[in-house]
Amino acid sequence: MTGGLPKRLTLILLVLLAALALFPVWGPLAFAAKYAFLLQKLTGIMILAILAMSLDLLVGIAGLVSLGHAAFFGLGGYMLAILSPQYEAANLWVVLPATMAAVAAVSAVVGFLAIRTAGIYFIMVTLAFGQMGYYFFNDSKLAGGSDGAYIYVKPVVEAFGTTLVNLDSKQSFFFVVLGALVAVYLLLRVVLASPFGRVLAAIGVNEGRVRGLGFDPMAYKLVAFTIAGALAGLAGFLAASQYGFVSPAMLGWHQSGHVLVMVILGGMGTLFGPILGAFILELAHFGLEAVTEHWLLPMGVLVIAIVLALPKGVAGLLLQWCGKKGEGGQ
Amino acid sequence: MSVSPFLFETKELTKAFGGLIAVNQVSIGFKEREAHAIIGPNGAGKSTFVNLLTGHLPASGGHVMFRGADITRLPAHKVARLGIGRSYQKTNVFPTFTCFENCRLAAQSRLSTSMRFLRPAAAYRDISAMASEALERAGLAAKAGRVAGTMSYGEQRQLEIAMVLATAPQVLVLDEPLAGMGKEESEGMVRLLQDLARAYTLILIEHDMDAVFAIARVLSVMVNGTLLESGPLEQIRASKAVQDAYLGDGAEAY
Repeated sequence: MTGGLPKRLTLILLVLLAALALFPVWGPLAFAAKYAFLLQKLTGIMILAILAMSLDLLVGIAGLVSLGHAAFFGLGGYMLAILSPQYEAANLWVVLPATMAAVAAVSAVVGFLAIRTAGIYFIMVTLAFGQMGYYFFNDSKLAGGSDGAYIYVKPVVEAFGTTLVNLDSKQSFFFVVLGALVAVYLLLRVVLASPFGRVLAAIGVNEGRVRGLGFDPMAYKLVAFTIAGALAGLAGFLAASQYGFVSPAMLGWHQSGHVLVMVILGGMGTLFGPILGAFILELAHFGLEAVTEHWLLPMGVLVIAIVLALPKGVAGLLLQWCGKKGEGGQ
Repeated sequence: MSVSPFLFETKELTKAFGGLIAVNQVSIGFKEREAHAIIGPNGAGKSTFVNLLTGHLPASGGHVMFRGADITRLPAHKVARLGIGRSYQKTNVFPTFTCFENCRLAAQSRLSTSMRFLRPAAAYRDISAMASEALERAGLAAKAGRVAGTMSYGEQRQLEIAMVLATAPQVLVLDEPLAGMGKEESEGMVRLLQDLARAYTLILIEHDMDAVFAIARVLSVMVNGTLLESGPLEQIRASKAVQDAYLGDGAEAY
């Protein structure tokens, strides 16, 4: 039973995915002048959804509540800013793997220290590391300090001298991010069904017993922390590519908390839930902001209402509707 | 290699929690394929002893030997990998996993590593076969698809045993497998343990004397953290010291 979601739920998710993928078709008709802005908005939300999924691997699957996950997101963005030549385009096939490798290496070091703690202490330690990352970029001269840094020329995606995708085109970039979102989701699904994923899910449920069965939970947590960090780095890379700008706020605890809310609202441990959480939170933000400048107030009410009414998040509700009784820690 | 007649043994094993000595210089030997029960009143240090034996607690002194090697300092997961499987006094399963998934995870510990990321766990046929076999043996084959947390207490106790079996152990260390079970459930469990006693080296911690006498061939009696006496069933039953300290006049439980 480790595999799929209920058929009906898969269908619902595929319909939503199709609606999203076809936005460049129906968006201009529905929103006319606002289309370009909304296209960018949706692209940004998908990037946050990738970040939220990567955090779900830790929070929802392995039971590691990190409050410093944005540090890896920000680091991914900064890596692009640092690796990009000032007036030329960087080659995506070089800078993307380099960014993800660097972020993975930093996550491995941070994870090595952080997973020695558990519960509230893990939250504290990850928070502290996140803030260290924030102040590192805020106070150093490395990449613009507190002003942030610009990436003047977007990376190019080339093969044998031909440009495959032009990231300057907002529409192309939308599809690149959509592809990344789907790829990360499928990758994490595969990983969760693997022996590694099963051990990780078991750690989230009952770590002591996992040890008693002959697995070293530390090793599995460390690998999970590293994978989650690398994927957060991917999201940060995409965010920096989209806006052409990075700032220390990307790494801060505000951002970490924001993504954590997406994971919790959407439904921890379900992978698709945090994606929905990202869309709900960001679209609610966008909608409420348009109505009132005091949008944070109704936003707070919305978040409280969802958490109270749906303790397992939006995904929990969907799973219930679609008649899935038990979940193997997914 | 030592010439010890024992597969598994402790030498003056000691555990102190601050000033409290929970296990005091306990030396017990366990022979291969012998069912050995450790009994004693509450607070005698039996559970602490099991935790020391399986690496769940670090010892303060003394040694644990397995096949002639000193494993005193090994962490719990490495002890488990040596083939020393244990069950827990309090039900300790993965409640959100199905019965089968619980056992498959246990069987996965037989892979050289579970750091495998791409092929689904379900595609490892040997592992699935081991899991099914363990469920079958523990009498849970019909419940394979049930989510563990929704099963009765007795069934969860059976699952606890099935998970240990799925790790393909050589030694079974069972910490009060009958704890909290009703009469009927207990009888089924005793039959299962009798069956296991024929195939494995069994170390049983148990309060229920009827069950102990029905399963074990050798008894060790612990009182106040020390080993009072260790020997064949009949010897312990007849022992004056044991009767005074623990068993009472007859062989009455508790």
